Amino acid sequence: MRISAAALRSFLDDRLALGGVRGALAHKTVPVHRYMPFYYFGGMALFFFAVQVITGILLMLYYRPAAGEAFESVEFIMTTVPFGWLVRSIHSWSANLMIFFAFAHLATVFFLKAYRPPRELTWITGCLVLFLGLAFGFSGYLLPWNQLAFFATKVGTDIAGAVPLIGGWLLRFLRGGDRVGGGTLSRFYGWHVAILPAVTVVFLGLHLLMVQIHGMSVPPQVEGEARQRRPMKFFPHFALRELFGWTLALGVLAALAALFPWELGEKADPFAPAFQNIRPEWYFMFMFETLKHVPGGEILGLEYEAIPILLFGLAGLVLLLVPFLDRGVVRTGRSPAFTAAGFAALVYIVGATAWGYRSLAPVYAVLATGAVVAILSLGTRRAGGEGQP
Amino acid sequence: MAEESSSIGRRRFLSWFLGTTGGAFLVSVLYPILRYVSPPRIPEASTSEVEVGPVNDPELVEKGFKIVHFGADPVIVVKLSDTDLRAFSASCTHLDCIVEFRKTKQLIWCNCHNGVYDLTGRNIAGPPPKPLTPYRVHLVAKGPGQPASVVVGKG
Repeated sequence: MRISAAALRSFLDDRLALGGVRGALAHKTVPVHRYMPFYYFGGMALFFFAVQVITGILLMLYYRPAAGEAFESVEFIMTTVPFGWLVRSIHSWSANLMIFFAFAHLATVFFLKAYRPPRELTWITGCLVLFLGLAFGFSGYLLPWNQLAFFATKVGTDIAGAVPLIGGWLLRFLRGGDRVGGGTLSRFYGWHVAILPAVTVVFLGLHLLMVQIHGMSVPPQVEGEARQRRPMKFFPHFALRELFGWTLALGVLAALAALFPWELGEKADPFAPAFQNIRPEWYFMFMFETLKHVPGGEILGLEYEAIPILLFGLAGLVLLLVPFLDRGVVRTGRSPAFTAAGFAALVYIVGATAWGYRSLAPVYAVLATGAVVAILSLGTRRAGGEGQP
Repeated sequence: MAEESSSIGRRRFLSWFLGTTGGAFLVSVLYPILRYVSPPRIPEASTSEVEVGPVNDPELVEKGFKIVHFGADPVIVVKLSDTDLRAFSASCTHLDCIVEFRKTKQLIWCNCHNGVYDLTGRNIAGPPPKPLTPYRVHLVAKGPGQPASVVVGKG
């Protein structure tokens, strides 16, 4: 029997109702204005997430989540498995780039007030996906079972133990016992490859669904500009630009992995003294650095250390609820207080990170990202007039 | 007319170009993945001889056989008398289960699918297609008053 492409297509159309999807895709447009390049950040984070899923599954083929074997299995992947070094290095680099773009996405969405109604839930699910991404990073950091990861996990879980009231329970819950050991490794592995992916797929799915329902938000400052210019068709114009960005991202990823393969370090030894420069992943650095400067002592039965921990928790909650707290932006389209607070938070985070590393690299990273976006923005402006190049 | 044919030529060229680029891209992604998922060969330490234990080893005496590691391969040592010991590969030639010695029936038997071998390793009943590979057994004297030691060797 010969099956023609057209017959196959109509067969699938009838059964999967693809006609509706194609129709929606054909009509989907993206507003054109000078802040348009910011629309690519979320998609970039999504691309790196997809890379994480693929390389993560590949790593599971050889990785062994046990204290006696974890380090050796990663060593085996890095040295013996064909292209194992590539897969693992891409997984590590892509994780970091994913978090970076998720943060960039969060910051731009915040400053451009894209959380305005009706996108409150898009914001909240987005924040939750970012928190899940951080949990991915924290749990994945331990899995190679090297000295750095071992001590960073000790410190990280110890910080959780300082939370008032539930700290003790939380610490044992995270560690899977009183100490960081094989039990912690099994537990982190379970979180990293089963629980977190399952929860993330749900929230990420909701997030993307709502982006489709509501379309891209137009920042209040450029509403006039966006009205004047003809919106870009999502398919193929925007999608192809996004594809170009992803291709570029894959190239950068491959280059980073090839030129700077991810280190493995030394195998974790619970009885060896911690060496210098025990540090968490860079995106936890600002909290880690803050806690470093808190002196010992207690006030009203509350340890000093617990105060910044509670404040960070509160900040996370406030971040989550921003769309409901910022009512001014609904009425006037402006909320300078929120912009100022966001800017202060950004300066603090970048500053504390730079201080933690005793390096200006974090500042340069933010400035470089800004510069790239500015150049892209110039591009959209020049394309101007007819709206769609 | 001429213009039309040249534009078709350009379209064909562009499609070919895009297709080739896309194909090359796919290959460059899929090749490492394909290589990655095929497990690397790990050289095994070559084993030529393995010491099973004393000839009066309780397991050998009681059950009449013992399964030992010969490198990564299982080998069955069957004790028929103090001087008559035999060894074969313990992997059933049918589907790789581990065989055992049935003392009461004086047969080598595989529980998975009722494969039966005689005491020379020949497949005599059930599904096994080939005889068990024999191993060499010899006794090494351990000095006065000591029981001899059973040693299994290849071939």
